[in-house]
Amino acid sequence: MPEQPLIRLVDVHKRFGANEVLRGVGFDVPKGDVVCVIGPSGSGKSTLLRCINALVPIEQGSIRVDGREVNDPKLDKLALRRKVGMVFQQYNLFPHRTALQNVMMAPIHVLKQERVEVEARARRLIAKVRLEGKEDAFPGELSGGQQQRTAIARSLAMNPDVMLFDEVTAALDPETVKEVLVTIRELAEEGMTCVIVTHEMGFAREVADHIYFTDRGVIVEHGAPREFFAEARDPRTRQFLSQIL
Amino acid sequence: MRALPRGTDLPVLLPVAPRRAAPGGQAGRLRARHGAWLALALLAALAVGEAQAGPGEDSIVAAILRWTPLLGQGFALNVAMSFIAMTVGTAAGTLLGLCQISLMPPVRGSSRFVTQFFRNAPWLVLLFYCMLLLPFELRIGGVVIPLPGWVKATFGLSLPVMANMSEIVRGAVQSIPFGQWESAESLAFTRRQTLWMIILPQCVKRMLPPWMNLYAILVVGTPLCSIVGVNEAMTLTNDALAAEARRELLVPMYLYLLLWFFLYCYPIALWTGRLERRFAVDA
Repeated sequence: MPEQPLIRLVDVHKRFGANEVLRGVGFDVPKGDVVCVIGPSGSGKSTLLRCINALVPIEQGSIRVDGREVNDPKLDKLALRRKVGMVFQQYNLFPHRTALQNVMMAPIHVLKQERVEVEARARRLIAKVRLEGKEDAFPGELSGGQQQRTAIARSLAMNPDVMLFDEVTAALDPETVKEVLVTIRELAEEGMTCVIVTHEMGFAREVADHIYFTDRGVIVEHGAPREFFAEARDPRTRQFLSQIL
Repeated sequence: MRALPRGTDLPVLLPVAPRRAAPGGQAGRLRARHGAWLALALLAALAVGEAQAGPGEDSIVAAILRWTPLLGQGFALNVAMSFIAMTVGTAAGTLLGLCQISLMPPVRGSSRFVTQFFRNAPWLVLLFYCMLLLPFELRIGGVVIPLPGWVKATFGLSLPVMANMSEIVRGAVQSIPFGQWESAESLAFTRRQTLWMIILPQCVKRMLPPWMNLYAILVVGTPLCSIVGVNEAMTLTNDALAAEARRELLVPMYLYLLLWFFLYCYPIALWTGRLERRFAVDA
């Protein structure tokens, strides 16, 4: 029997009021894979990510993360979220805490780990995202790119099995986009399972094992990057790519 | 350019220079010039009073100075009542405010009702209720705790403080961007942890200026207690005026009391404005 995928979505439906945002989305993310989700704004990409770590409940379908059914009322959401890291478009660092404290808070208070050990790990992670020397800076003193890398370190401090990235470069200045993408690419190369919602096509082509194109709540087309960009068949995909590339 | 026909119903956007916020903060805040006007009015009233004083009577200034120690005692009670009411009201209001953002509908609904009730009830009505409904002493076991009028009045004042504090807390919590909740949630913080470790610490800064405003309002509200018979500065001023029985003392004496309140509230207003500006830059 082949290894079970780390994330399996089957026929996921989600509506906000009368607006059906997800209309039967399904895909698998094998362990260690990098999946990029692209598509026009409002196609439900961000909602899709939020469903995976149960920030947003779904109405129909099934989401399994490491064998755990997310769409289960008895689900231990906190246990799920310890395994699923998420990075947001707006960074959402805690502004009243320093970069180092931001990274240390969750392991100490959620995982109840030893402060000394957490601090050592946090310092390593901050170095890993190339922010040595910024440990004691408050988020307001960091650039957008630095804040976003701190947010990545904060998520990694929980030792997640999978990382979700929600348009993490969309709010950044063009010159700082690259430093964040480099950080994510390094993670991907180390074998971290990633689901990345992005508008950076070049990045998606380079880093993804598989690309999904969503439009109006369904997956229109998917494939390995090479075929996806070269031989998109669906007219909607082709139109989208022609506008972006 | 063609002129618009007369009487057009087309909306016309006139060039308007946006009014810049005064450097001192919000409009309506106490300023030094208000104190200067007050002092000027007092001087004028003193001059008029002296002119009206009959032959052989004390000067107005001497009369006011004679009553000043007593007035000071009364004012100390105003300050004490405001302190206690603020402390009690802040503690109770913080709890009530947190109940207002509870996820449990009965808790949320009832705390909203209590907040709105005490926020909109006239202070004087609350004061009368407390004076008339609370006993003059409490018996707990064998211990008798006397409840003098000023204690009951202080309790009455703390009710609107509580309600306003409740709204300050709710407003501050709801002003924190939703992304803070979301990212805390995604890091597996519980709701309670999120509130205490992430949301509320960010609220303190935002709550401080309105909280200090509330205190200033409370201080100028304490003379209401004179109506229910508490011996605070306003009551004692009335007593002094009755004892002197000199009509020319009336205007200067009340202006003098007003000046006391100004001198107490002005530094608070200054400090609040400074904090507001500092936090505005930070945010």
